[in-house]
Amino acid sequence: MPNDKGMRCGASKWMEGTGPDGEIVLSSRIRLARNIMELPFPYLASDSQTESVNHQLKQVSAKLSDELGDIEFLRMSEIPSLQRQVLVEKHLISPLLVKESHNSAVMLRFDQAVSIMINEEDHLRIQCLLPGLQLEQAFEEANRYDDLFERELNYAYDEQWGFLTVCPTNVGTGLRASVMVHLPALTLTKQINRVLSAIAQVGLAVRGLYGEGTEIIGNLVQISNQITLGQSEHEIVRNLYGVTMQIVEQESSARQLLLNEGRDRLSDRVNRSFGVLSHARLMSSQEAMELLSDVRLGIDLGLIEEVSANILKELMVLLRPACLQTEAGRELDGMERDRERARLIRQRLGMENQ
Amino acid sequence: MLCQVCQKKPATVHLTQIINHEQNVQHLCEQCAREKGEFNFDASPPFSIQNLLTGLMNMETSPAGQVVYQGKIQCENCGLTYAQFGQIGRFGCSRCYTNFGERLLPLMRRIHGSTQHVGKIPVRAGGAVKLRRSIDELRLHLQASIAREEFEEAARIRDQIRSLEEGGEDTHAK
Repeated sequence: MPNDKGMRCGASKWMEGTGPDGEIVLSSRIRLARNIMELPFPYLASDSQTESVNHQLKQVSAKLSDELGDIEFLRMSEIPSLQRQVLVEKHLISPLLVKESHNSAVMLRFDQAVSIMINEEDHLRIQCLLPGLQLEQAFEEANRYDDLFERELNYAYDEQWGFLTVCPTNVGTGLRASVMVHLPALTLTKQINRVLSAIAQVGLAVRGLYGEGTEIIGNLVQISNQITLGQSEHEIVRNLYGVTMQIVEQESSARQLLLNEGRDRLSDRVNRSFGVLSHARLMSSQEAMELLSDVRLGIDLGLIEEVSANILKELMVLLRPACLQTEAGRELDGMERDRERARLIRQRLGMENQ
Repeated sequence: MLCQVCQKKPATVHLTQIINHEQNVQHLCEQCAREKGEFNFDASPPFSIQNLLTGLMNMETSPAGQVVYQGKIQCENCGLTYAQFGQIGRFGCSRCYTNFGERLLPLMRRIHGSTQHVGKIPVRAGGAVKLRRSIDELRLHLQASIAREEFEEAARIRDQIRSLEEGGEDTHAK
């Protein structure tokens, strides 16, 4: 492996700092799906055909190195499996890129805000992931890379269907915009289901933390557009932005309500969770996420002061199996993970205390 | 505790099965559990978009009962047949879109509620499209200026359209 820049568990752009409306919106993501004209899509392509995509991308990066910035080209086959998993846990690559390896690779920018997946479901998936509510900025950034690649690659594009993709659900803009929001107060006030079903009614998809088909853990919800054809990129982004702002308002007023009507009860709850996290010896990831959600709410509302708000984002990645094992420097079985997870949390919370 | 099957790796999956009131507990490592296929470790949901697409496409064909021509449609570039596309819900290459033609219209309408891309036009691949869109736009301006009786402006726009159609520079965009 060339070096281990992307492989460490900390320090991805989206995990650092909070960004606009960062109390509720943890991150914003833009993904553009692109394919090369006439070349069979990765799942159907021959070894030499998928390799030719890598080759083309390498040529592009050599030619446009100034404009592309500090980007590293990493083949999946050259990255040890644990470290591939770390990239997944940091949301920099998809589980699919790891699972179905058709000469898959990733181009990773030094700050890890931009990652370009090669030979995933589509030939190219350009992703930009930023902290807070920064959909426009993430789109501009991804779009800039798209423009650069288009100069050199023969994109599959059709006047009627737009950008042609493997799955008909991505055709048109090839754009998937999503935000990750933390909604503890809407959950506590039992409004969450009403809000989530309203989101679904305006054509947006609601998912759990780890993508399609996953349940909601730690009050973290991903919201994304479903329609990619018949709307422009700006419409899609603006629509999601508008809905997200509405959710931010709803969550904020639910938080205010909780504070006004039951400050002591809320403070007790979040500080109890803080206590458990600070002292537990075994911790499953589900329990950790639920307690961290409480602690983060407590921090946001000034009920817990000695901990940085970023603890949630940082730990939600650090506590996942591959990151945990990377930190520990060895493979861990289930029980050892729970022990290591509890230790890491205590350490982080303790460090913050000093 | 070691995995019951391979006796090598630590057992991290503890599988309890209750079949006809009989409880059976197994201790396996992740790899053996996966091979046993008892447990779905993948993040991908068991019921995928592909299943839904297949349903949508079958709805298009079965009510009319005309499936006669289905198997014969094939993309000459990648070899994927329309019937295969129906099963897996994925295109094989960019040419499939052209080769499957109008059959895609109802499918796309169901998924997106639209059959026309209105977003970004890439510079190189969409050169012709871009030109056509700016000509269309100019025509609208032309009509508007005629309606306002601004004939000098109309003449200017007309010349612009003419030069675009002759393959000249897109002066409008500048």
